[in-house]
Amino acid sequence: MSQIIDRRLNPKHKSAVNRQRFLRRFRNQIRKAVSDAVDGRSVTDTDSGEQVTIPAKDLSEPVFQHGPGGRREIVHPGNKEFVTGDRIPRPESGKGRGGRASNQGEGMDDFVFELSRDEFLEFFFEDLELPDLVKTRLAREVAHKSVPAGFSKDGIPPNLHVVRSLREAHARRIALTSGKRRRLKELEAQLAALKAEGASSRDIEALEREIELLKQRIAAVPFIDTLDLRYRNRIQVPKPTTQAVMFCLMDVSGSMDQYKKSLAKRFFLLLYLFLERNYERTDVVFIRHHTVAKEVDEQEFFYSRETGGTVVSSALELMRDIIRARYPFQDWNIYAAQASDGDNWPEDSGNCSRLLDEEILPYLQYYAYIEIDNDYPLGLWQEYEKVARRWPNFAMQAIDTPADIYPVFRELFRKKGVDR
Amino acid sequence: MRERKPISTGSEWTFELLERYDAEIARLAAEYGLDTYPNQIEVISSEQMMDAYASCGLPVYYHHWSFGKQYLSIEKHYKRGQMGLAYELVINSNPCIAYLMEENTMTMQALVIAHACYGHNSFFKNNYLFRTFTAADAIVDYLVFAKNYIAECEERYGVEAVEEILDSCHALMNYGVDRYRKPPALSLREERQRQKARAEYLQSQINDLWRRTIPESRSRRETSGERFPPEPEENLLYFIEKNAPLLEPWQREIVRIVRKIAQYLYPQRHTKVMNEGWATFWHYTLLNRLYDEGLVTDGFMLEFLETHTAVIAQPPFDHDFYTGINPYALGFAMFRDLKRICEDPTEEDQRWFPEIAGQDWLEVLDFAMRNFKDESFIAQYLSPRVIRDFRLFAVLDEEGEDELEITAIHDDAGYQAIREKLSEQYNLGTLEPDIQVWSVDTRGDRSLTLRHFQHNRRPLAESAEEVLKHIHRLWGFTVRLETVDERGRVKWCYECG
Repeated sequence: MSQIIDRRLNPKHKSAVNRQRFLRRFRNQIRKAVSDAVDGRSVTDTDSGEQVTIPAKDLSEPVFQHGPGGRREIVHPGNKEFVTGDRIPRPESGKGRGGRASNQGEGMDDFVFELSRDEFLEFFFEDLELPDLVKTRLAREVAHKSVPAGFSKDGIPPNLHVVRSLREAHARRIALTSGKRRRLKELEAQLAALKAEGASSRDIEALEREIELLKQRIAAVPFIDTLDLRYRNRIQVPKPTTQAVMFCLMDVSGSMDQYKKSLAKRFFLLLYLFLERNYERTDVVFIRHHTVAKEVDEQEFFYSRETGGTVVSSALELMRDIIRARYPFQDWNIYAAQASDGDNWPEDSGNCSRLLDEEILPYLQYYAYIEIDNDYPLGLWQEYEKVARRWPNFAMQAIDTPADIYPVFRELFRKKGVDR
Repeated sequence: MRERKPISTGSEWTFELLERYDAEIARLAAEYGLDTYPNQIEVISSEQMMDAYASCGLPVYYHHWSFGKQYLSIEKHYKRGQMGLAYELVINSNPCIAYLMEENTMTMQALVIAHACYGHNSFFKNNYLFRTFTAADAIVDYLVFAKNYIAECEERYGVEAVEEILDSCHALMNYGVDRYRKPPALSLREERQRQKARAEYLQSQINDLWRRTIPESRSRRETSGERFPPEPEENLLYFIEKNAPLLEPWQREIVRIVRKIAQYLYPQRHTKVMNEGWATFWHYTLLNRLYDEGLVTDGFMLEFLETHTAVIAQPPFDHDFYTGINPYALGFAMFRDLKRICEDPTEEDQRWFPEIAGQDWLEVLDFAMRNFKDESFIAQYLSPRVIRDFRLFAVLDEEGEDELEITAIHDDAGYQAIREKLSEQYNLGTLEPDIQVWSVDTRGDRSLTLRHFQHNRRPLAESAEEVLKHIHRLWGFTVRLETVDERGRVKWCYECG
């Protein structure tokens, strides 16, 4: 009797672990393959995986086998014209003696397989790490927000809850005076009765004194006491900062041609990809500038052309203003990437370094500057070099070709301690 | 012609239809006297099929990078459409587990049920090699035990340490089988119980062996002149498990696990032609009976025959697709021819097979299935008719000669020679180099010497050096491999250590 079972809903990819084992074992070969692939392929193409080739000899699983030579007698099918005793020339490379050359050939070649996109990126980013990411993680614990948590008896005046406090006072007054009020009512009733009877003025006076005394004692209960005060209670809850904003600053003056822009674009995209992997949310702000800066959308950022001079500080000012208005540094991990060909209005470079020093770099996680095609470094480069010496979170590089981007990127975001 | 009342007409399958087809096929199989384990038919997706594939077709297997490599390569070929997945996968267990892929048509499912659940299944249950060397009742439990044990070792000793041992064991997997003696039956419960005791006992045995190297006992050993091992040992993994001086108990257990699984897989390597031939013969016979009874449509038969023809295709030696003799083709042709010899013998058959010509074909086939492996099956039953149909010929490739020589073809003079040579071609004993544990220097540097006994002057492939490194890892001391020629002279020697 047969039993038929539907196993289609059982977990697939039982071999996922084995796949991971394989990737782990050939980590170095795969890393090299990925690194080579990155040099060759367009960086904007980040949605696909990559074909990786590993030399067959590296992953052979050796077993005892016979080598060529000796005496072998093999039976084949499909005889056409041979008769016993025929002698035939030895075929080249096994052809006709098993035909192994034709279809088992691939087995002898390099081992080729596909890395998925995620695996590709994993390897791509492997020993990159956000600068001081660990520090930021620790710093995240410092970022707190206060949330309401009921009421408490102590606090500071600004947190005083008036309605609650008065309610407490009211209750206290009722509690402290109710006995006396009851007595007062009784005495007043007696007094009225005595007066109606026409009793002696001595008795009436005595009662009146007693009533007066009670009234005084009731009045002596304070309207509000420190005991009554109630404050809004707030507690500090650690607030994880899992969002990042990335500022892309680019010079779009006449000297930045499309080639330079496309280089810059790859740099921005790489950084973006990296942030995206490390933060839950990543905002991107595009600021382009010539003599004036403007916040634009991505399309305009990369593809519209402007002419005219260059004032870099205009972009920095705009960035500072946007940070102040929309991205408080307590809540956001702020990154900036600036690409330029190094042109700047000579008197402006000093402004730039002052802005960076005083108003921008203290609040940023990292500032990366790439200069494209800087055969003869100009004022901006020299000024930035000084900034770089002062600020550990400022890095700069010069690049020339697409192949430079990946190494530059690695340089900029090299995991601390890897070199040591 | 009988009125046709087909079970189904479309190509879509349903669970109800699977049951009905299975019931009909089971009825016919019982009529033919096929003796099978109960079937457990599991419907799976193509991804699950690839998973199963990557781990030697075993339903449960421990983790290892080489299976990942296997998987990647299957996945690549499959996704590019270079390779169809096998239609079926069947496991020698009790109950016999067979996988059906959900993508298959109804016809294909019926074909697989006939092929795997009644063909392979009856072969597993009755062939002497499987009966001797595998324990169908215990294998799934044992695989679970092995997987858990190895996962535990990975946790305790690290993935890499376990991987190293497994790599080395895999290199020797083909040398981890008992070829002649029957291994003790596997039992999960006993395995578990004995495992701990065994670990301690083994270690004490090893220590005992090596304690003899201390001076006190040295003189006694030297005078006695005993050699160790007393007899050469062909099961390298067994020898290592029992005698390697430096292995930890858990490492010995892993060696044992690989050895046990190798032992389980061993009969399959010996019976490719027979097993596939038998299963193909039965799917062909059973589905034709379904057709004769009017239970399947003409369309069903056309689809079936197309697949069947592709399965048993044998390209000639000079064809681009030629990769050697197709075991499905040869096995199917041989079983079909046996039936023909029984039912309709010619004068030639009377000469070649006097004892079976004209006999009851069911009995003859049943006997052949039970008592042979590929090598002996071919030596016994390869008929001149099949040799002619395949136009078989033998080529001699002698080292040092410029030309190859045709030594036999499909003619009267050649039948017997072809039969012998083809039989030899399926003899694992000569296909794989004959390597045995020769001696251990128990009194000196503890070095292990293996001997390769050469056959037909065939040398070892260069991979031997790499394998030796693996043996060295397991043994822990110098390992030597000597090649001995047919006259008993040591010709050359690899050493590692």
